[in-house]
Amino acid sequence: MEYILKNGIVYDPANEIKGEKKDVCFKDGKIVEDVSAAAKEIDVTDKIVMPAGVDTHAHVAGPKLVLGRLYRPEDSRRGVTQKTKNERGESGFSIPSCPTTGYRYSRMGYGTVCEAAMPPLEAKHTHEEICIIPNIDINPLTLFGNNWFILEMARENKIDEMAAFISAWLKITKGYGVKIVNPCGSEAWGWGMNVHGYDDKPPYFDVTSREVVRALAKANEKLGLPHSIHIHPNDLGHPGNTNTTIETLDSLKDIVKSNSKAASVRDQIVHCTHMQFHSYTGTNWRDAGSGAEEVAKFLNHNKHVTGDIGQVTLDETTTMTADAPMEYDLYQLSGLKWVNADIECETAAGIIPCIYSPKTPVSTLQWAIGLELFLLTKDPWQINLTTDHPNAGPFTRYPRIISWLMSAPKRISMIENGEVHNWAEKRTSLATLDREYDFYDIATITRASNARVHGFTDRGNLSVGSNADIAVYDLEPNNFDPSKDPEAVEKAFSRAKYTIKDGQIMVQDGEIVSTKPSQVLWTNVKGIEDQEKAVLDQVMPFFTQYYSVKWENYKVHDHFLSNPIRVDVEMEGK
Amino acid sequence: MSYEPPITDYDEIVENCTCAFCGCNCDDLDYLVKDGHVVAVRHACRLGASKIMEDMDQRLIVPMVRGANGELEEVDWDTALDTAAEYIAKSVRPVFYGWSETSTECMKEGIELGEYIGAVLDNQATICHGPSLQAVQNAGYPIQTLGEVKNRADMIVYSGSNAMNSHPRHMGRYSVFPRGYFRQRGRFDRTVVTMDPKFSDTAKMSDKWIGFEQNGDYGFYNAIRAVLKGKKLTQNVVSGIPAEDIYELVEEMKNAEFGVLFFGLGLTHTLSKQRNIDIAIKMVMDLNRFSKWGLTPMRGHFNVNGFNIFMAYETGFAFGVDFSRGYTRYMLGETNTIDLLVRKEPDCFLVIAADPGAHFPNGANQHLADIPVIQIDIHWGPSTELADVVLPGSFIGVECAGTSYRMDGVPIYMKKAIDKPETCRDDEWIVRELKERVMKLREEPNVAPKYVPNPAAE
Ligand code: SF4
Ligand SMILES: [Zn+2]
Repeated sequence: MEYILKNGIVYDPANEIKGEKKDVCFKDGKIVEDVSAAAKEIDVTDKIVMPAGVDTHAHVAGPKLVLGRLYRPEDSRRGVTQKTKNERGESGFSIPSCPTTGYRYSRMGYGTVCEAAMPPLEAKHTHEEICIIPNIDINPLTLFGNNWFILEMARENKIDEMAAFISAWLKITKGYGVKIVNPCGSEAWGWGMNVHGYDDKPPYFDVTSREVVRALAKANEKLGLPHSIHIHPNDLGHPGNTNTTIETLDSLKDIVKSNSKAASVRDQIVHCTHMQFHSYTGTNWRDAGSGAEEVAKFLNHNKHVTGDIGQVTLDETTTMTADAPMEYDLYQLSGLKWVNADIECETAAGIIPCIYSPKTPVSTLQWAIGLELFLLTKDPWQINLTTDHPNAGPFTRYPRIISWLMSAPKRISMIENGEVHNWAEKRTSLATLDREYDFYDIATITRASNARVHGFTDRGNLSVGSNADIAVYDLEPNNFDPSKDPEAVEKAFSRAKYTIKDGQIMVQDGEIVSTKPSQVLWTNVKGIEDQEKAVLDQVMPFFTQYYSVKWENYKVHDHFLSNPIRVDVEMEGK
Repeated sequence: MSYEPPITDYDEIVENCTCAFCGCNCDDLDYLVKDGHVVAVRHACRLGASKIMEDMDQRLIVPMVRGANGELEEVDWDTALDTAAEYIAKSVRPVFYGWSETSTECMKEGIELGEYIGAVLDNQATICHGPSLQAVQNAGYPIQTLGEVKNRADMIVYSGSNAMNSHPRHMGRYSVFPRGYFRQRGRFDRTVVTMDPKFSDTAKMSDKWIGFEQNGDYGFYNAIRAVLKGKKLTQNVVSGIPAEDIYELVEEMKNAEFGVLFFGLGLTHTLSKQRNIDIAIKMVMDLNRFSKWGLTPMRGHFNVNGFNIFMAYETGFAFGVDFSRGYTRYMLGETNTIDLLVRKEPDCFLVIAADPGAHFPNGANQHLADIPVIQIDIHWGPSTELADVVLPGSFIGVECAGTSYRMDGVPIYMKKAIDKPETCRDDEWIVRELKERVMKLREEPNVAPKYVPNPAAE
């Protein structure tokens, strides 16, 4: 089938197209130069056309999500809708059911989402959920930062071995890349403890967070994976953690980026997630302040780092992370119902409901710091829009965040009208920042950069040959001032005029008109099979003794994969 | 127990099979297969082994439909499926109950049918760990995988659970005896406490037995919490336990490096029901101020947890999900099987891999006798006597592969080792057939003409 999207105003940052009036053609699921006269014409005259959205970091599938849904029926009830011809019934606000997740992303014009934390032992569960999520492709990142084998290899600085281990575990779990969460801290949580700072060690393992992160970064570059290491640094949510954040990122700048074809797509050697949660000054929540300026300055001077924000949206939501000790801290603060889920030899997880109220100082501070980071980081290619869904707010709030970024008057009025607590003004520079994102910037932080960060070439852009993943929004940028009408921006980005995925029209005028099964993206390193075998032989006795499942039953069988897209990476030489 | 010589006469060994019995989901079984039958099972406990080896005992082999004379009569598959599909298509309040002994792959077919026709989907949680799920929704859920228990735990508590009899390998494989990474001496490195009014076999294996009074559980845990918070007990004896024993126990629990509370139906089904679990969960949370503690419900069937997980990711709700209005409803006491049956609401009942005839209260079963009942199962049981259509399924983990979730949430792909009897069908196939036939018989009810967002999620 051939299509032509006629006369849209195209924003395609990967190709430096900045709001040009252009046609976009696609055929058999791919973008093409031209189509025949028989092509079906879709008139989008003067409307915004962008590549479909790519989410850099969200939690959408897996054991944590299910625990959240299971223990928060009050959240599930918030989103219940009746089934239609095209849609199953929805449920959930911050932790939507799997089908709901797909529909809602699709309605916002998104096509690809990174599931940011997959524990290997329960990877099958993550994949089972991915199979149920319609309309979006998902690349799950495998958790490595507290894996016992990794801790040991880091201690001995065995980078080659670690690379082979990662390569093998990506195949076993069908993962896309390397995720690190509170390195060493989640292991310390096995004993109810945490690590403090970058140079601390967990009990019994003679290795620091710094050693683990550096080793993983080196191994990642040795393999030349499409994505860099993806880190949630130590000390999340602690006043004064700015130092840890910068120390962590700074410690990686000497690491040489791989020159593999897959790695050459991205610029960074480390992606730092939900930076807002890692940019606090002070010593406690009474004297806490914003570290945004410092962190943004660091980003502005260090091109080896990309980040996403984890913008607080001022909602009641559900926090969930493999940083289980942090969740326990939150439990002690709020006393709300607490979930913890430790996973043998690998990781942990915690969940707790969270109410980010604009009336409270801390939530407001977090909200303002996120926006500061957006506005103080000069290069939009370095910063991605996320809410660390559902941690700082549900992904369905992206359009609202876009409206905040595009309108300084809106932000100022929120502060001046007392819509948010006065800490926004007293403790951050937000009220003084008048920068406004334009649609090109928005396209950069919601699709183009996000795709590049993950090493995708086939999406996040409208290049000929790329997937026909396209979003059209019902705004006419040439006759419209987003600064003056933030509500219209939010409305338009909430309900795409069209969402097209692999050439199929999924959404029209904000409604789901068709669905398709998700595809899972995973990374397959070729060329170190011998090293993989050696490392498997080496870890096997330990595995047999200390895991609670048999090796044969550990791996993710092909049966669990939803229409996989295998990303092959060639390892050259050794 | 007499000595049984080892089986030496077999054709092949199939390794790393998963036991389809209790929530331990032991995945280390070896099946010895001869002439297409499992003649011996290595590593399993007696419960698991006997279920697997005696797979043909009282086996449902052929589809049956209850005839005009009231007797079940053998029919061909088409007739049985059509009859069942007609019952479902005609009903206005169907309930699909069970699912805890089948695979998530089969559940997938079931939910498609349930959403289409507007059924209630529910599982055995409604009569077993439902109170636990309720409590989890009230209080939270600090858990850990069983390997974590093996590697770290130095204090194990069983409350209202006689694991020795109900989950025979639980202590051996995961909690008490195995050598863990930080517990190299296995049993010697752990303190085991059983809290149970009964001096059970598990209590006999334990270092300590706390025999609180029947229905004394809530009071007992309340006392522990009080002591944990630094309070002095005003009674000398709480729930039949002397105060000094409680002080001593609390000290031990605080001093454990890693403690785990396993609880069973003995806790969920005494007087205070979910409140017992509430307070046990809160006690575990309190203990985390002093050391590391977690808990795990001793789930009974091998995939009872799987159904709750499956429903939560498909719909947002764990069990008792009512699709009759075209959207999901979940209201304990209203949309659960027993309540529905006692209120005589259902007009068609599909039971898959469960035995309400044996487990439901009389009032509920009386209503089942009055309405069409469709049974999908592998064995004859009291429910067969209530059934109007019997559809013989296959044995997951033996004759058919499928996914299950262990009591701690670890997913396991249970593989197929032998072929099923020729006249039986896989559960997944049966439910898919029913779905397709029902879809032909009746147009989908309760479809909204247009998507209307829920304002609370906007
Ligand atoms: S303990 Fe349970 S799962 Fe393990 S073999 Fe016995 S019955 Fe089967
Ligand atoms: Zn995250």
